[in-house]
Amino acid sequence: MGKTFSEKLLGLKAGQKVSAGDVVTVSPDYILSHDNSAAIIKEFEKLGVEKVFSPGKLVIILDHVVPASSEKYAQNHKTIRKFVAEQKITNFFDIHHGICHQVLMENGFATPRKLILGADSHTVSYGALGAFSAGIGRSEVAVLWATDEIWLRVPETLKVQIEGKLPRGVYAKDIILKIIGEEGADCANYKAVEFSGDAAKNMSIASRIVLCNMAAEMGAKNAYFAQDDATISWLKNRAKDEFELICSDEGAKYEMVLHYDISSLEPQVAFPHTVDNVKPVSQAKGIKFHQAVIGTCTNGRLEDLVVAAQILKGKKVHPKLRVLVIPASRAEYLLALKEGVLETLVEAGCVVLNPGCGPCLGAHQGVIAPGEVALSTANRNFQGRMGSRDSFIYLASPATVAASAIEGQITDPREYL
Amino acid sequence: MKKGKVWKYGDNVNTDVIFPGKYTYSILDPKEMAVHALEDLDPEFSQKAMPGDIIVAGKNFGCGSSREQAATCLRYAGIQAVIAKSFARIFFRNAINQGLPVIQSEEIVESVEKGEEIAIDFSKGQIKTQKGILSFSPLPESVSGILEAGGLIPYTKAKLEKKRARAK
Repeated sequence: MGKTFSEKLLGLKAGQKVSAGDVVTVSPDYILSHDNSAAIIKEFEKLGVEKVFSPGKLVIILDHVVPASSEKYAQNHKTIRKFVAEQKITNFFDIHHGICHQVLMENGFATPRKLILGADSHTVSYGALGAFSAGIGRSEVAVLWATDEIWLRVPETLKVQIEGKLPRGVYAKDIILKIIGEEGADCANYKAVEFSGDAAKNMSIASRIVLCNMAAEMGAKNAYFAQDDATISWLKNRAKDEFELICSDEGAKYEMVLHYDISSLEPQVAFPHTVDNVKPVSQAKGIKFHQAVIGTCTNGRLEDLVVAAQILKGKKVHPKLRVLVIPASRAEYLLALKEGVLETLVEAGCVVLNPGCGPCLGAHQGVIAPGEVALSTANRNFQGRMGSRDSFIYLASPATVAASAIEGQITDPREYL
Repeated sequence: MKKGKVWKYGDNVNTDVIFPGKYTYSILDPKEMAVHALEDLDPEFSQKAMPGDIIVAGKNFGCGSSREQAATCLRYAGIQAVIAKSFARIFFRNAINQGLPVIQSEEIVESVEKGEEIAIDFSKGQIKTQKGILSFSPLPESVSGILEAGGLIPYTKAKLEKKRARAK
C-alpha cells in the first residue's frame, strides 16, 4: 500500500518502514529556537551537559522582541549571544534578519526530506517546501540540544483538496480561514494536513506558506504541499544542499479527505476570540477598529505587501487609525523597498516597523488598550493576545485589512480592486 | 489519593489565556508565573486556586502557541492534574515534560461539576466523584516514566548520568 508524505519522511529518518500511529525515535536535521533560547539555555544547563551534541543543527533567530524593548529582553538576547559564541553555533541570526520562519526558509534550511523541529507552534510552515516540520516545547529543544534524539508519533493525514480558481480580491488567507471556520480549531489535532488539488498547485510559494502556517490553527502537527517546479525554482540559489523530492504515494491512506471549491469564495474574517469563528466579509462590514496590522509570519511577504499597496496607492488611511506594516524579513523588506511598495504604504500613512513579530503576541510595538479593536493579517486572535484582555482582534487577508484601513471599518476589498 | 477542587472551563482554552504572550520572556520566577496562570480566562483562578486543585475542560485544551509556560504556570499554581475531552498536541507533550499529569476523558468531563471535590488515583486509573467512581486509561509506560521523574529535564538528566556511570 502507498505511504503518505509523513509516513515516508519519518520512515526515512527512523531507518524503517513506518505507518501512522507508530512511535519513532529520530534525530532532526535542524532545531529552531528564537528569543526563547534564553529559557532553553537554562534548561540545557540543568542537564549537566557541557557541549551541544550537534551545534550545526541549531538554528537560532532573534525575532520576538527585536530590538529589545526592556532590560529583561536585552539580557535574554545577551545570554543567547554568549551561548552562541561559546557553543560555536554558526546558524545564528541576530535581530536584523526577520521572523524566524521566514528567515529559516529564505536561508535554505527547509528543503524536501528535511525534518525540522522548532520551539514555536508555527514551525509547521516549512511543509510548503516539502520539509516535515513541527512545533515542540522548550524542554524538548533543550534535550535535543543535549542528546539529538526525540520521540515522535507518525501522524494520520487529513487531505484537503482545493479546487477552482480564486476570484478577484480573494486570497490564500481567505481559503485557510474558510477551512478553519468550517472544520474547527481542533480538526487536525495530532494530524498531518496535506493541501492538494488544482488551486493548491497553482499557488505561489508565499501563498502555500500562508496555508501551512495557519495549519497550526487547525491543531496540525505538520502540513504539506506536494513539491513541483515552483518549489524547485524557489529553492534554487536558496537551498543549503542538494535535495530530492518527497511526495505522498498514489494509494496512500488518508484518515479523511475534505473537498473545497473556491470559485465563489468571498473574503473571510475571523471574529474574536477564536480563529475558527469565521464569517464572510459581508457579515463583518462596518465593524470599526483602532489598529490595523499588515505583516507577521502569516502575511508579511512581498506578495502581501504588494496587494496592500495596490489598494492604498494614492489613498490615505483613515485619520482615526494606526496602520502598522511589518515585513516578514529583511529580504522581503528590501524587495518591497526596491519596488516602491513601502513608499506607497508610507505615503498612505502606514507606520513601517522593522521585520519581526511586532505586536502579534502582545509584547511590544503596538499593543492595544482595553476596549480597543485590531484588524490583523496575523494567525491568532485569542483574547488578550495583542495586549489587553479586554481588547478584540479580527483576522483577515492583507487586501481586506488594506481596504478597511482606508474606511476605518471592515470593508470588502473587492470594492477597491 | 489527594482530593482537589474542580475548576471547570469550556472548549479551546488556548495558551494565550493560560499564560499571556506578553509575559513569556519577562516572567521566569515560579511564584510570579503562578500568579498569572489563566489570567485572561478567569482572573479569580490565581486568587482562589489551592494546591491540589484540578482543572477540567472541554476539547482542545492548550491550543495555540507552543509556550511551555502554559503547563509550567499551572504546575507552579499547584494544579494536581488537567482533565479534558482532548488536548492540543504541543500542550499534551509540554504538560508531561513539565510533570503535570493530563487525563483525557469525555465521560469524566461531562460528569463532574464546577467546584466539586474529586480525588484521583493515578495508579488505578480511577477518579472518585460525587456521582461515583469513574475510570480513565493510564498513560503509556514510556510517558509515565517522564511524569514520575518530575518532567523531561530531570528524566533526561538521570538517564545521562546513568549512561556516564556505565561508561566509567
